[in-house]
Amino acid sequence: MDVYMDNNATTALNKEALDAMMPYYTDIYGNASSKFYRVGRDAEQALYKMRESVAKSIGAANVNEVYFTGSGCEADNWAVKGIAYANKRKGNHIITSKIEHHAILNACEYLEKHGFDVTYLDVDEHGFVTPEQVEAAITDKTILITIMTANNEIGTIEPIKEIAEVAKKHKVIFHTDAVQAIGHIKIDVKELGVDMLSLSAHKFHGPKGVGALYIKNGIRIDNLIHGGGQERGKRAATENLAGIAGMAKALEIAVKNLDKNAAHCKKMRDRLIKGIRDNIPYCRLNGPEDEGRLCNNVNFSFQYVEGESILMMLDMNNIAASSGSACASGSLDPSHVLIAIGLPHEIAHGSLRLSVGEDTTEEEVDYVIEVLPTIIQRLRDMSPLYEDVEK
Amino acid sequence: MYSEKVMDHFAHPRNVGEIENANAVGQVGNAKCGDIMKIYMDIEDNIIKDVKFKTFGCGAAIATSSMATEMVKGKSVDEALALTNKAVMEALDGLPTEKIHCSVLAEEAIRSAIEDYKKRGGVVNEN
Repeated sequence: MDVYMDNNATTALNKEALDAMMPYYTDIYGNASSKFYRVGRDAEQALYKMRESVAKSIGAANVNEVYFTGSGCEADNWAVKGIAYANKRKGNHIITSKIEHHAILNACEYLEKHGFDVTYLDVDEHGFVTPEQVEAAITDKTILITIMTANNEIGTIEPIKEIAEVAKKHKVIFHTDAVQAIGHIKIDVKELGVDMLSLSAHKFHGPKGVGALYIKNGIRIDNLIHGGGQERGKRAATENLAGIAGMAKALEIAVKNLDKNAAHCKKMRDRLIKGIRDNIPYCRLNGPEDEGRLCNNVNFSFQYVEGESILMMLDMNNIAASSGSACASGSLDPSHVLIAIGLPHEIAHGSLRLSVGEDTTEEEVDYVIEVLPTIIQRLRDMSPLYEDVEK
Repeated sequence: MYSEKVMDHFAHPRNVGEIENANAVGQVGNAKCGDIMKIYMDIEDNIIKDVKFKTFGCGAAIATSSMATEMVKGKSVDEALALTNKAVMEALDGLPTEKIHCSVLAEEAIRSAIEDYKKRGGVVNEN
């Protein structure tokens, strides 16, 4: 059995989304900026419809508040750097959290080298940031608050609406990275009260290489990509029409099926969590228990073993997953998220993320529950750290 | 990312376990960094009669432990001391750059066990 449990990393392209993309590779190949002939105009009109569709899916008040980008990562970078540079006369202070995606964290670190101050808020043991913490960090120099909607590693869903209220009260621009949340929880930018929001198509069964940044009308932002006048002069580059078509369609489907899909994912998630807890000693669920956890995310630490080894053995059993260990992340340190929630390094090294999807079946979950305890035991039998436990 | 040899030694590690009454035990690495290797040896007349390992770590850490123990088994103490991380790496048909430290750890683990043997003068610790 082939089991894909890495849906927080990326998802399979939806067939309907693929079908929506194809005409823009074959018939409607025109440049949306070339309006003086039919195939260009067709592209321009199609692009408007796609923008309209994405705006509707996220509850934007205005079609032109949606800006297409090349990825979620670009949307995050643009939000952080674009706001910082456009507002540097007002102040140089940015507030974020320690568990943001590296697209946010590394953009903030870059800005620190260029005269900006960044406050990285601590999170509690489940990964939550509180609106009170955000409020306490605001100074008269604060120009941007950026807190993710849901964490990609441990699934924590942050109190975005409440943080948006704090930001509004202090007249600070609020951005949220909703890349991991869209398609799993209801996202309505007006209801949430956010000023900016990033999304990425491939996390909700759209194509890779396309994302969007919602920017509420009236927000001043500098360009990240300079060039032509696309995206109302705010983001140069010929629009990736096929990609955008796929994203718009995938998002429509994700929003339409949200309740059904979330209920299914939650059922699979909870079956997996219970199965692991019942069958593997010395394990720990990272992230919130139930309320406040993404419906598709499971993250465990297994004591006395290392994450990359778990992944390799899972792969030998045709199960795809991911880990926050240093080896798996390709750096010297384990996941910054796991360290931020207070895990000691050695426990963080033994982490495993299993993220289910709409297509995950009970059989697949049960197969993982059958295989995983044997893998963990095998690695523990090899581990010098486990010797003392046995004795 | 890993060679077939590394995958083979990871999937079927040789010499895993402990040696009861070992007269040489060495441990290197630390849990904080994500890898620990512990080597047990039974040395008789300067010859490594048996060697076993236990490793907490990634695929490369397990594979290099397995390969290093294979390479010193039956060898003299001096031959084992001459084992380099480069030799372990070559025997595994190479390692990704970020995993070279695993082979260094394997070399150090072998050396640490032999140092322990020399320190003890061949005496088996009763514990």
